[in-house]
Amino acid sequence: MLRYLYGDQLHNFPKLRNTMFKDRADQFHRRLGWDVYVNRAGEERDQYDLMNPLYVIWQRADGTHGGSLRFLPTVSDTMVNDHFLHLTGGVRIESPLVWECTRFCLAPEAAPLVSAALMLGGAEMGVGFHLKHAVGVFDSRMVRIYRRLGWGPTILGADGSGRDAISVGLWEFGAPVRDRLLRKAGVSAEVSQLWFDRAFGVEKQQFAASA
Amino acid sequence: MQGKLETFIDLINQAETLDQLQSHILSLRDLYEVEHLVYHSVNSTGQQYAALTYESYWVDRYLDQDYARIDPVVVGCYQRFHPVDWKRLDWSGKATRGFLGEAMDNGVGNQGFSVPIRGPNGQFALFTVNHRVTDEEWFKYTGAHVRDLILVAHFINQKALEIERGTDALPGQSLSPRETDALTLLAMGYSRAQASESLSISEHTLRVYIESARFKLGAVNTTHAVARAMVKGLLVV
Repeated sequence: MLRYLYGDQLHNFPKLRNTMFKDRADQFHRRLGWDVYVNRAGEERDQYDLMNPLYVIWQRADGTHGGSLRFLPTVSDTMVNDHFLHLTGGVRIESPLVWECTRFCLAPEAAPLVSAALMLGGAEMGVGFHLKHAVGVFDSRMVRIYRRLGWGPTILGADGSGRDAISVGLWEFGAPVRDRLLRKAGVSAEVSQLWFDRAFGVEKQQFAASA
Repeated sequence: MQGKLETFIDLINQAETLDQLQSHILSLRDLYEVEHLVYHSVNSTGQQYAALTYESYWVDRYLDQDYARIDPVVVGCYQRFHPVDWKRLDWSGKATRGFLGEAMDNGVGNQGFSVPIRGPNGQFALFTVNHRVTDEEWFKYTGAHVRDLILVAHFINQKALEIERGTDALPGQSLSPRETDALTLLAMGYSRAQASESLSISEHTLRVYIESARFKLGAVNTTHAVARAMVKGLLVV
């Protein structure tokens, strides 16, 4: 199931939190060989995790991490603006309607549907919060995954070439994309809405009725 | 509405005192045709500032009772950055119901939409639109105005921070050459397709450049962004 959690809510799900940061170390440090910091507990955490970001996390039935994404609005510090301006034509992308998505991570042997479910979570947030775009830094191998899911990014720029290239990409939010990802993830609109409402509150009618 | 909003945003951008900001909040309330607008900021040392349209009796009562402790809008939005319809907040507790009843007796409407903003150095602000209408009307209203409201919330916050700091020069606010190029072509009457072709970028890329430039210029839409860039002398057309 999908969880939408701010950094300050992770302590309510210690197993999910611990396995997420360990899986990130496994993916970004061990498998991809990125220059990321891994602490003594074997967890990959960076400065943006300290900014109380919003995580979209696939939680497996046993409570562990199946995959995750991390979001921050581009009005505060972002990875793209701090480190990848050379890939955006020198443009600092700043708008409360554009959120940065980073650390797309899949647990080892994650089910194929997890990628689709995570993208669906991102799309639900975009639609639910009236956002325009997501911007993100990703490993070029991800491009194929995004395209297969039917939500390929517009590449703003890339560093390096072939499998080792790192790209900055742009995704446009909208209801059609969300609906396509529902099918890809094999999740009904109702269930997806339920996950979203559980995190961000249900629209209660009785509030208005009591007025 | 859109043209008037641009005029209003220009006034906000020119404000030099918090009193002016307060009077602009009153005009904005009339422009948006809602019962109330609230901008409320708390910095890292706990200093508060508000520009709002609630009755002063209610403001005093709220502060006196320290209702921020139980106000679901404050509790639900603190440390968050997603916009929130009040219907999604938890109004169920006994103390909360009492607070809500009292708020409504003092003219607070039954519908609300709040935009939380995280500023620099732990500053936090909330921008709220409050009204008294049915759910259906509110759904239509927010659907039409949410993006504007999110932008306006950030513009007001930036202005309040500037006034507090005593400078109108915000660091990192200048446009990059690419953004200037994009606006220049639009100012020359190019369509988005023509502009993106001239710059050898995709139309999606052009759109995010414009979106970014618009925010930095304090503009509500593309036309407004071009106008503001011209006024600032950033475009040579």
